[in-house]
Amino acid sequence: MQVTMTVNDVEVTREIEARLLLVHFLRDVLGLTGTHWGCDTSNCGTCVVWLDGEPVKSCTVLAAMAGGHQVRTVEGLATGAQLDPVQEGFMQCHGLQCGFCTPGMLMTARALLDRNPDPSETEIREAISGQICRCTGYATIVRSVRWAAVAEAEAAARVAETTESSEAGEIADAGQTAGAVA
Amino acid sequence: MTTVHERADTFHDNDQKPVGYGRMLRKEDPRFLRGRGRYVDDVQLPGMLHLAILRAPVAHARIVSIDTSAAEASPGVRAVVTGAMLAQQGLAWMPTLSNDVQAVLATDKVRFQGQEVAFVVAEDRYAARDALELIDVEYDVLDPVIDARRALEPDAPLIRDDLDGKANNHCFDWETGDEAATEAVFARADVVVSQDLVYPRVHPAPMETCGAVADFDAVDGKLRLWSTTQAPHAHRTLYAIVAGIPEHKIQVISPDIGGGFGNKVPIYPGYVCAIVASIVTGKPVKWMEDRSENLISTGFARDYIMRGEIAATRDGRILGIRTNVLADHGAFNGTAAPVKYPAGFFGVFTGSYDIEAAYCRMTAVYTNKAPGGVAYACSFRITEAVYLVERIVDCLADELGMDPAELRLKNFIKPEQFPYTTRTGWVYDSGNYEPTMRLAMDMAGYAELRREQEEKRARGELMGIGIAFFTEAVGAGPRKNMDILGLGMADGCELRVHPTGKAVVRLSVQSQGQGHETTFAQIVAEEIGIPPADIEVLHGDTDNTPFGLGTYGSRSTPVSGAAAALVARKVRDKARIIASGMLEVSVADLEWEKGAFHVKGDPGTSVTIQDIAMRAHGAGDLPEGIEGGLEAQICYNPSNLTYPHGAYICVVDIDPGTAQVKVRRFIAVDDCGTRINPMIIEGQVHGGLTDGVGMALMEMIAFDEDGNCLGASLMDYLIPTSLEVPDWETGFTVTPSPHHPIGAKGVGESATVGSPPAIVNAVVDALKPFGVRHADMPLTPSRVWDAMRGQARPPV
Repeated sequence: MQVTMTVNDVEVTREIEARLLLVHFLRDVLGLTGTHWGCDTSNCGTCVVWLDGEPVKSCTVLAAMAGGHQVRTVEGLATGAQLDPVQEGFMQCHGLQCGFCTPGMLMTARALLDRNPDPSETEIREAISGQICRCTGYATIVRSVRWAAVAEAEAAARVAETTESSEAGEIADAGQTAGAVA
Repeated sequence: MTTVHERADTFHDNDQKPVGYGRMLRKEDPRFLRGRGRYVDDVQLPGMLHLAILRAPVAHARIVSIDTSAAEASPGVRAVVTGAMLAQQGLAWMPTLSNDVQAVLATDKVRFQGQEVAFVVAEDRYAARDALELIDVEYDVLDPVIDARRALEPDAPLIRDDLDGKANNHCFDWETGDEAATEAVFARADVVVSQDLVYPRVHPAPMETCGAVADFDAVDGKLRLWSTTQAPHAHRTLYAIVAGIPEHKIQVISPDIGGGFGNKVPIYPGYVCAIVASIVTGKPVKWMEDRSENLISTGFARDYIMRGEIAATRDGRILGIRTNVLADHGAFNGTAAPVKYPAGFFGVFTGSYDIEAAYCRMTAVYTNKAPGGVAYACSFRITEAVYLVERIVDCLADELGMDPAELRLKNFIKPEQFPYTTRTGWVYDSGNYEPTMRLAMDMAGYAELRREQEEKRARGELMGIGIAFFTEAVGAGPRKNMDILGLGMADGCELRVHPTGKAVVRLSVQSQGQGHETTFAQIVAEEIGIPPADIEVLHGDTDNTPFGLGTYGSRSTPVSGAAAALVARKVRDKARIIASGMLEVSVADLEWEKGAFHVKGDPGTSVTIQDIAMRAHGAGDLPEGIEGGLEAQICYNPSNLTYPHGAYICVVDIDPGTAQVKVRRFIAVDDCGTRINPMIIEGQVHGGLTDGVGMALMEMIAFDEDGNCLGASLMDYLIPTSLEVPDWETGFTVTPSPHHPIGAKGVGESATVGSPPAIVNAVVDALKPFGVRHADMPLTPSRVWDAMRGQARPPV
């Protein structure tokens, strides 16, 4: 069968088997290997991507079900050379070690901050509770997400103060949600 | 000896410092954050085929027949291979890392559920899986041996009838210590406490499962193997021995690895199948196991049934420790440990205490379960040893009515006793235990916690405080004692400084997330004064790195880290000679200051390491007898292991209505000697603590009486999520290793070793009002509930 979807703002059309999982479509057909495959039972969350802005586990979504929808993966998180604040937060706070769960964690974290720009530690822990990390023990992931929340709030505050400042403008662009925070 | 309290939230960035140790953001992070890591399953080669493995549905059965005709006719299938076909090439069996043999594909019998029986190679992974369903295997099912306690009964079914003359399921016997001396101290002790303990079978379950891409070029005879391996060089040598491919024609590439924890040390049948499949089809072949395959067939951990006995005086001086262990090694002895150490480093079961005598007797058996045993960040069985000693010390404290912290403080090896030879012959290099313990107690507010506990107990609330103090033995190891299948456990390192003063360092060890690309750059930077950002760290490719035994048992920093420091010093020595020529002074008149040599008493007259690098490669004269270039290579053979220690305190609350255990606080004070990157150390500790919560409260690979694995998916084998663990509280003390070039000790497994007994001790402490003295892991609500009703029993 033929499927057409938008992946990271680019429309793609491919001939696929009806049973093909979205995770394998992204990895094996499109070569977007940032999304990982860690279990078969929707438990580990290394395969989390966005379907129309909502985090989903792409190992339990058929590629065909994504037809006509918007998919975003970790490869679509940064804006050019500018990392998204959650990516920067994971780097600053050592929120990753082997990096295997990281793409899924980043997508969930970004979605959380888009909905709730100032999450508590408990809210962050609940948001990522469907995903497993074997390396970090989660505390640094929680700190990473908080780092991003604070960075975005500070960037938004700077934008509000000096809208004409080109530097602040760049930060706001990178933050994606900074305008909403302000 | 300094004692410094590091709060987790005090961030002081050293990224901008030109050189050396300190908190530094990781050089490897940018690619992972962008989804640009390159793991084995990301490797795509032109014309690549996919391999899937048919596995045994039962634990013990004779293979009567295998019909592959329908599978061969399935769309997209290129090959179907059985054990009988491998046997024709002499490849049906392979050696394990413990000098046993293991079936690549079963020929005669299957010996555990999930064992490899046949494989299919097809054009995509779905087609390969489809064809597996069409292979028809007829089994003659046999009675299995599942409970290790019954493995040596006279009427137990014989598992290893493939071994000549084998008449029972006995694997090996092992002992250490002095039996008679131990008997003597037990005979005169005021108090003897005995406790049966089970360390259940658990699984490392890294987020990335195991897999390989094999690409054999029939024209030049070269095999390229991308593989999830923690020990690429050792694997290369073993493939050369097993498959008969000349070693110089084998390149093992271990790219980014999604966690290892010891799961990726052994050679698995799947890797060999992928190599065979590439040779047979003439195409690159990828094998990537799924999660169930990972949990049921690859290296498990633990599975020790132990009796611990401890003898002491009435006033709390520990005299002796004795233990008897029944070790379940599964169907093949696939233990990945130095060959002279069949029980790994379990011999350090005397812990951190100055005692008079110790003895251990161990019997290991075969059962119809997956092979393995040494994995899951265990430091070669020190997890089991520390669990044993720290549980029975708590049992002794309970018997004596002493505070468990006080009992430990009273019996610690004293700082002036180091180097300390234990009663089982281990030479602890350095340690200063009391300040570490006191710091943990201060951070916890230990006295206040005990007061709170007393108040809560009076109200019927269940609060527990658990302590564990560990000493680890890591950094295998001196090659005279330690080898894996004859390969000495040393590690090479090569450093090249380019003309413009940038450097490349090549390691024999390999990272599965530990951040080697950062810490090894820092080690070299500290020695040679080139900023870490200007040092590229290469690892995980046997064609491009010197030989060494790989990353496991917390050995990277103790062994390979020493190699990196020493190779940098070797380069610096040469740089000094070149500098003497450049400054026209004698070598003795030069002083090194990170990054430059200057003339003694004249700091203004100096040359930088970058100046020297250019001169070394330039057209100008070099001092007499000095070759051009600025590079060196060494192979480091450690003179001893390193012995990190730590004090852990856990606070739990148990819901009396549901028996649910909540870890409220966890305080971890680690001493791993010289600290290279505190951020990375803290990360290693956090991860290990989380493993400890998993093992103590949640994780177990259980089997039913027929040998069906009951932990075959992440729905059944429960791993901690963000909701089961607290925000960790870490601190540190620094007691450098006297023999390590930079004083560093390993830390990667300390928390996995130290945390399970702290948690179990806390749970048992909480359950004291019920008269509970011990309950085995995993302390799930149902097992805690049983303990509260006096019905605690070992897990099965």
